[in-house]
Amino acid sequence: MKIRQLSLFLENRPGQLKVPVKVLGDAGIDVLTMSLADTQQFGILRLVVKDWERARKLLEAAGIVVNVTEVLAVDVPDRPGGLAGVLEAFEKAELGIEYMYAFAASRERGKFATLVFRLEDPDRAAKLLSAGGVKLVSSDELFARAGA
Amino acid sequence: MAALAVENRIWDPAETLSRDSLRALQTRRLGDAVRRAFAVPHYSEALAKLGVSDDDIRSPDDVRRLPFTTKDDLRRTYPLGMLAVPRSAIARVHGSSGTTGKPTFVAYTKRDLETWSGLVARFLVAGGLRSEHLVHIAFGYGLFTGGFGLHYGVERVGAGIVPAAGGNTPRQVMLIRDLGAEVLVCTPSYALHIGEVARAEGLGPGELPLRFGHFGGEPWTEELRLEIERTLGILAFNNYGLSEVIGPGVAGECGARQGMHVSEDHFIVECVDPATLEPVPDGEVGELVFTSLTKEALPVLRYRTRDLASLDRRPCPCGRTGVRMGRVVGRSDDMLIIRGVNVFPSQVEEALLRVEGTAPHYLIEVSRPGALDEAIVKVEVRPGEFSDEMRRLVELRDRIDREIHAVTGVRMTVELVAPNTLERSAGKARRVLDHRRPG
Repeated sequence: MKIRQLSLFLENRPGQLKVPVKVLGDAGIDVLTMSLADTQQFGILRLVVKDWERARKLLEAAGIVVNVTEVLAVDVPDRPGGLAGVLEAFEKAELGIEYMYAFAASRERGKFATLVFRLEDPDRAAKLLSAGGVKLVSSDELFARAGA
Repeated sequence: MAALAVENRIWDPAETLSRDSLRALQTRRLGDAVRRAFAVPHYSEALAKLGVSDDDIRSPDDVRRLPFTTKDDLRRTYPLGMLAVPRSAIARVHGSSGTTGKPTFVAYTKRDLETWSGLVARFLVAGGLRSEHLVHIAFGYGLFTGGFGLHYGVERVGAGIVPAAGGNTPRQVMLIRDLGAEVLVCTPSYALHIGEVARAEGLGPGELPLRFGHFGGEPWTEELRLEIERTLGILAFNNYGLSEVIGPGVAGECGARQGMHVSEDHFIVECVDPATLEPVPDGEVGELVFTSLTKEALPVLRYRTRDLASLDRRPCPCGRTGVRMGRVVGRSDDMLIIRGVNVFPSQVEEALLRVEGTAPHYLIEVSRPGALDEAIVKVEVRPGEFSDEMRRLVELRDRIDREIHAVTGVRMTVELVAPNTLERSAGKARRVLDHRRPG
């Protein structure tokens, strides 16, 4: 159920974000979703793409530092209180969240919002969350939904 | 007693002369050197002014009666005004790069060249070189003394040479791998760069044929030695020299690797306070000053190197009797004064290497935007250590911050930058950008 996410180290100065985005664009790689975390001096760009191995090679060849991380995609009911219910399952399973971000709009809009979670031990977390009734999305389903 | 890292082989019996015999030899040679120095107008004037002649030399300690020589003296007498022999006796000319102004030239007679290659042979053999080895020399060949100095030293030992010279690092890696060199000669920063390029090509430590490295030409740290040894899977040895004194071979490490033995049969070394020029006690850092005892073409009396290091006169387990100089910890003219505190780039390097997760590629930028000095240290993040979690990157930066403060006593702003974005060079690495200096 795990999704491979690429994390890129970026210096916080003008033009830095364009470099990886252009590399992927030129290679025809579609970015399903991304999130940018930043401090004053540097940032981490996190990306989910279908062909992550090829994307990684291209980015590294362009001199960018890339780290592959396993994350979980979770369908959260798209209504007030939906996320709170899911987080309860996290709490029960005693899972700490490193970070999370929302997936770009999918066809399930209105029914579910998809969120990306980075947890300490993704395998254990996936087991515990599934058992707790949380709906995890496989990468196949994710890419199918996005039409990728 | 420290164990020796390699089999102890002595190239020249002079390396193990008793201290008494060595002092007697130094006294005799110093008198000769002073006599010869009178052939140089600069020295005959300076000696006459002090009222000193070779008759006043009764022990090596009488070196203190002689005048100091500085790089400025060589510049003032450009190009070869300090020559002590007829121009026709010159066998070779070398020089400094002149990055800080006009180049300075030094000259050698045929006998000087023989002396020099013998001195280089001493430290190469002390650090494991044998006649059956192949040596890859990645120093520039030219006016710089590193290339030719090491070249003829290796030839003297009878080993083979791949004169690769500098530049094109992937090709250097290919040559080392395909030709099978056991020994690498270059600057320490370039050795690390070669190691990184090899690693990027999938050649891990020990996968190159290299076994030993002899590095010099710039100051480096014990931490950088470990880093180079880990990256290349070799034993790394330090050597010291400067063109004004003779070039590489003034001093070099033995298998104990606890300081570099100065070839005291050819040079008298002093360690002085750069401000007062008074001697500092053994073990304390001061500026090294060398007097050449045997050099014919361009003798130097009390040459102020600007290199800061300490001297150690305790006996060495290897049996060599030459005084040992510690690592050069900085230059008296490279010293940065940041908010009133003396800081050496080598201290920042030491701090960085204490922190896992940073490659020792860094740049210190100093400026004075307002009334106070500001120092920024740019540090490259190592690809393998880059964490996806912001928390860990911030932790890494804070740890570097703390280590730099602990080592230097100064707070500097640490900036993490992407790998391979700081300038690399085959020569001397650029570590400092001081925007406070005009030009």
